[in-house]
Amino acid sequence: MKHLLSAAVLLALFIALPFIADAVGQSSLMILGARMLTYAIAAASLNLILGYGGMVSFGHAAFFGVGAYVVGILAYHAGGDPLLGFIPGTNQMLITLPVAMIVSGLVALVIGALSLRTGGVQFIMITLAFAQMLFFFFVSLTAYGGDDGLIISRTNALFGLNMRNRMTLYFVTLVIAVLFFLVLWRIVHSSFGGILAGLRQNERRMSAMGIPAYRYKLVAFVLSGMGVGLAGALEANLLRFASPDMMHWIKSGDLIIMIILGGVGTFFGPIIGAAAFMLLEFYLAGWTEHWPLILGAILLVVVLGTKGGIGGLISRLTGGRT
Amino acid sequence: MSAILQIEGLVKRFGGLTATDHVTLDVREGEIHALIGPNGAGKSTLINQLCGELVSDEGTIRLAGTDVTQRPETDRIGMGLGRTFQIASLLQESTVRENVGLAVQAHVGHNMRLFDRRMARRDVWTEADAMIAESGLHGRGDTLVSDLSHGEKKQLELIMALAGNPRLLLLDEPMAGLGQFESQRMIEQLGALRGKFSMLLVEHDMDAVYALADRISVLVYGRVIMTGTAEEIRESAEVREAYLGAEEDV
Repeated sequence: MKHLLSAAVLLALFIALPFIADAVGQSSLMILGARMLTYAIAAASLNLILGYGGMVSFGHAAFFGVGAYVVGILAYHAGGDPLLGFIPGTNQMLITLPVAMIVSGLVALVIGALSLRTGGVQFIMITLAFAQMLFFFFVSLTAYGGDDGLIISRTNALFGLNMRNRMTLYFVTLVIAVLFFLVLWRIVHSSFGGILAGLRQNERRMSAMGIPAYRYKLVAFVLSGMGVGLAGALEANLLRFASPDMMHWIKSGDLIIMIILGGVGTFFGPIIGAAAFMLLEFYLAGWTEHWPLILGAILLVVVLGTKGGIGGLISRLTGGRT
Repeated sequence: MSAILQIEGLVKRFGGLTATDHVTLDVREGEIHALIGPNGAGKSTLINQLCGELVSDEGTIRLAGTDVTQRPETDRIGMGLGRTFQIASLLQESTVRENVGLAVQAHVGHNMRLFDRRMARRDVWTEADAMIAESGLHGRGDTLVSDLSHGEKKQLELIMALAGNPRLLLLDEPMAGLGQFESQRMIEQLGALRGKFSMLLVEHDMDAVYALADRISVLVYGRVIMTGTAEEIRESAEVREAYLGAEEDV
């Protein structure tokens, strides 16, 4: 019941946001809100393995970038030469988003299959290394803009909607985010989700119960990669741009910060964390170029003072158990 | 009586140290077979070899007639092996009910379902609740594991192992750290399970061993020096000499 209330409050806030932005004459807030939603999807996807599964990946930005480049490359080839001579380009969102998720999932399968054979610090470093390899690969990919990134001439089309309209684009993003979180809710509370939580707490015990840890962790890693890929594809639509910077390790760090800010291993924490992070970045960056310094101080206060992030603090203030 | 477990010439070396040295023994169907020995004799290493946590350097392990020496732990569990840990290994952040539920779920299967509702699985929770109700943890289902006493954690270890419906249960010092009353209760519980499946009981508490074991094997410096009944072990000068010293009773 409490979760339902939290979901209703968050949904009401996100529905109200574009109307408030319209009323105060700051339509850029709509894009900010839409980006909050995409980063909420990315952070929640990472939280599936980090918070629920106990796997600290420091390379999830790779999937964010892959998702963005799938949209960019498909748009680049739309109406022109097919990709690799046989894959036609498209700017239809109903195709680009699922393809972005599938490609991100396949990349996650390869990275996960290799990196999950390690654990602890090695796992962190290997995921980081893979992401940086992809970063430098796209930097050197001059056909698609290289270091400068790839400009997407227009936002993906969907059901004939006017996707140039910010309000439309915002609500499309919101609907996709709601669908994503409904699916994520089911996964977290499924039989699979229970096994994943068990593996985080005690992998040795789970193995002694006959659970092949590697297989379950790999499935979670792939699902997580697909979610982050979806977020990257949405971000590419919002910015009409895909860049190697989207898969830089700093972006992976941002996702982890969002999770810590909101609450590790909680369902709504990454949404709150992503929103807080984007708001802080938006306002602090307008105030000083040294905004990461202030963000760092805020992160310290949150980690040391809230016991469970902003989400945990809200939960305690409203009388719940974190 | 046929053997559920047959170990032949099992060896595990850690560098220059031979932890288990050509161990050969068998556990019969329905039998409680105790494995005793001084600290460092290789008992826990043997348990870890049997369940597949440690890869053996030599020898074979047969479970119900099938060679499982090269099989992973999960395969062996699937073939009916269960275990408890010397130091309780549980899901500390979860409740008793969640721990038992997960153990039942792991055994029942369908663990890869991504979109079902785990808490609505009657096949899991009916069984889990029944197991808790029949155990010494009755009424403690909603207690966090981190809030349980040592004895309760040992109880939970046993319940979770039983949830796997084992054919052979490896018990690694189930009495360790228990008080007299709790030990007695554990002995009674294990005794009540006699005949339902086989048990390999690693234990230092000789009262428990004598009360429960059908046969006893003595492991010293990684080698099995004798296997016999409680009476035979008690009267063996070799065991007394090797295990505790000639002046002490085993």
